[in-house]
Parts: sequence; C-alpha cells; structure tokens
Amino acid sequence: MSPPVAPPGWSRWLVPPAALSVHLSIGQAYAWSVFKPPLESALGLSGTQSALPFQLAIVMLGLSAAFGGTLVERNGPRWAMTVALVCFSSGFLIAALGAATEQYWLIVFGYGFVGGTGLGIGYISPVSTLIKWFPDRPGMATGIAIMGFGGGALIASPWSAQMLKSFGSDSSGIALAFLVHGLTYAVFMTLGVLLVRVPRGEKPAASGPSALDGVQVSARNAVRTPQFWCLWVILCMNVTAGIGILEKAAPMITDFFGDTSTPVSVSAAAGFVALLSAANMAGRIGWSSTSDLIGRKNIYRVYLGVGALMYALIAWLGDSSKPLFILAALVILSFYGGGFATIPAYLKDLFGTYQVGAIHGRLLTAWSTAGVLGPLIVNWIADHQEAAGRHGSSLYTLSFLIMIGLLAVGFVANEFVRPVHARHHIPAPREAADVARQQPESA
Amino acid sequence: MSHDSSPSPPDRRALIVFAWLWVGAPLCYGLYELVQKATQLFSG
Repeated sequence: MSPPVAPPGWSRWLVPPAALSVHLSIGQAYAWSVFKPPLESALGLSGTQSALPFQLAIVMLGLSAAFGGTLVERNGPRWAMTVALVCFSSGFLIAALGAATEQYWLIVFGYGFVGGTGLGIGYISPVSTLIKWFPDRPGMATGIAIMGFGGGALIASPWSAQMLKSFGSDSSGIALAFLVHGLTYAVFMTLGVLLVRVPRGEKPAASGPSALDGVQVSARNAVRTPQFWCLWVILCMNVTAGIGILEKAAPMITDFFGDTSTPVSVSAAAGFVALLSAANMAGRIGWSSTSDLIGRKNIYRVYLGVGALMYALIAWLGDSSKPLFILAALVILSFYGGGFATIPAYLKDLFGTYQVGAIHGRLLTAWSTAGVLGPLIVNWIADHQEAAGRHGSSLYTLSFLIMIGLLAVGFVANEFVRPVHARHHIPAPREAADVARQQPESA
Repeated sequence: MSHDSSPSPPDRRALIVFAWLWVGAPLCYGLYELVQKATQLFSG
C-alpha cells in the first residue's frame, strides 16, 4: 500500500481526528479490568489468570512497536492504521469466540497476542505523519493523539460496564460484549484509515520550519547514539514514577489516611483514581503543547525536577494534609502523561522526521520496562513494610524516596542530551548526489 | 490578462466538523462519566 498523499487543499486539521480515531480505540486496553470479575466468575479463573490477556497485550504493544516501526515508516500511516484496525478488531472477535466456547486460551491469544499487535502498530501509526503536518507545533500534534490513548479507557470503561450489565456477565454475555466491541471499533477506526494523508512535498504549514529541514537520522543509526539511550532512561524513569502511583492509587490513598480522623472511603478512592486519569490526560495535551513554547529539554526538567519535589512533598507531609497529597499526586500524573506525549517531539528535534515513528517504536521498550518496574517497587515495598508491622503513610515513604532517586537519574540523563553528531546523519539528497559524483573521480 | 484555470480546492469544512464530532462525541461521554466519578472524592 503506497502512502496516501494529500490532494491540494487538504486540511491538516483532518489528520488529528484520524489519529484520535485509532488512539481512542486502542486506549481501551487500560479498561480491561472491567472484564476481569465477569471472566473470573464465568470461567472460574484466578485474578492472575484474568490479567493475562492484558499483560500479553502490553508485551505485544512494546514488541510490535519496536519491531514494526520500520515497516510503518516504509508503508505509511494508512497501511499501519489498517493493520491496527484488523488486528485490534479481530482480536476482540477471536476473544468472543473464546468466551462463547469457554476456551480461555482463545481469549488470551485473541485479545492479548492479535489485539496487542494492533496496539503497538496503532500507537505509532500517526506519530510521524502528525509531526510532518505540524512542524511548527509537533508537541501539540502528538499530544492530541497520545491524549487519545488516555481517553480511550475513559470511554471504554463505562461503555463496557454498561454492555456487560445489559448482556449479562455469563460467558455468552461476555462473548456478545466482545463481538460488539470488535465491530464497533472496526467502524470507528475506519475514519482514521480513510482520512489519513501524508503531506505533499511542499511545506504543510504556511509559516514555520519545514518538517524535512535539518538533521535526519535513520532508526538504525539512532539506537547507536547516546541521545537515544538518554531519552530511553528519561522515559523509563518518568513512567516508573507515575505508574507507581497510578497502579496502586485507590489502596494508596485509603492506606495513607487510614489512621487519620478523616479516612478515605472506597467511593472517594474511586473518585481519586478518576481524577488522576483526568490529570494524566490533561498533561498529555497541556504539557506537550507547552513544550512547543519552552523547548523539550526544559519541559523534561520540569517533569523530572518538579516531579521529584512533589514526591518529596508527599513523603515529608505524610498524612498531615489530604489536599496537598491529592494536589501533588495530580501534578505527578500530569507529568506522567506529559512525558509520554512529548517524547515523539523530542525525538523529532534530535533525529528529524525521516524515521521518527520507527525510533519512537524502539523507545517504547522503556515503557514496557517501566510497566514492570513501577508497580514492582511500590507493591514489593508496601508488602514488606506491612509485614514489618508498619501502617498508614509509612507503608509508602520508602517507595517515594526511591521514586525521587529515579527521577533524579532521569533529570541527569536529560542534562546529557546534546545534538546528534554529524556522523550519524543521513546525507541530504544534494549532498548524497555530490558524494556519488565525487566517488568515481577520486577512485 | 491571464486567468488561473486550475480548479479551486473543494471546501472541506463540513468534513472537518464531521471528523471532529466523530471523535469528540465519545470523548465527551467519557469525560462526563469521569467527572461523575471524580466528584465522589469530595462527596463520598
């Protein structure tokens, strides 16, 4: 499939909704927990077993983004969105068959393996195209798309719960819900496939720098640069710090203020989780757009530096102030979202747009690592502190101090980021022609 | 006097509105549900 080139007069404002139709769909992955209790009761599964489809999907997200990035760059966004649509929707259809026949392995394979492949390809599919259409505001453009990934769970969570309520929570009800999900997401994502266009040769924006100006580095060369690994550390540390709170938010706030005169109820804890999701989403579009104004290095100084200060504030205050705890957690989660959304623009600044989608795919392995690291640190320490007889806010103090250390590591890595050395650049077309002309003469 | 014979590009405003509504409507539903749940922090 050749990349679809925009006809004259095509508006660049049609590209963000194309990207959003994909990201809002695949963001459903974070709402998998809605299916866990019905699956456990209908198929007699344990909590660990019912988490398997989600875990495999996240592993496949990282792998397909890392290994499929070059294919996405070669074949263009329409090909990538089509692959994402087919994989993500058929993953649900296979899972529906699995639920209907009570074959759990089919649900794991369908949603986790097939659907997860769609997640990775879909996640990186619009990044490079958006940056090319919005060379003047790459942070805002990728922020819109990646905000969609956060928004996907907000839509899917109540929608899936309502569907299970209507169809029933037995295996046939779950099968029907999976079927409706697969078909609806196929239709919804079709808009992205039909609308996405790559810009013609000319500058897409009336003013501002062209996406094709400046440094261009291939994905193969990018992973050999210290800059790539600095960004890998930055993303990994920032995500670890955020996911540490996000993954355990409800029990954390309940434990934290359990010994005070104003303990947090279960429904209030659910409200806290919802508020964190809103901060995560707002950070994706807000901070990423701000990075267009103050620069990528400065915004990561804020994410990592102020993030560490927020953790220090929580650790220092303990359970003495609930509003300040909530405020600091919201700021940390907004930086978590902002870190995700700003990284493609940071990559574009350093490596150019040539293979930025493929480089982004490789960088997402930092996300997979952080996805294991963050929850592991917080849960392991909380369990050990509890076993040692501690309770309340002291269950988490050590975790917060570790998070401060990780954010400091990320902050230092950000300070090491410098422009990529010229030996890694791909030659500009004219330079390449000059080199080719000179070679026979010098031979 | 010369005339530009190339046809003017079609007006895509309706398509832009449709595309943004397509993604905006479900997002608004998700945000509404989120706000409903978030208020529990202050009332629950």
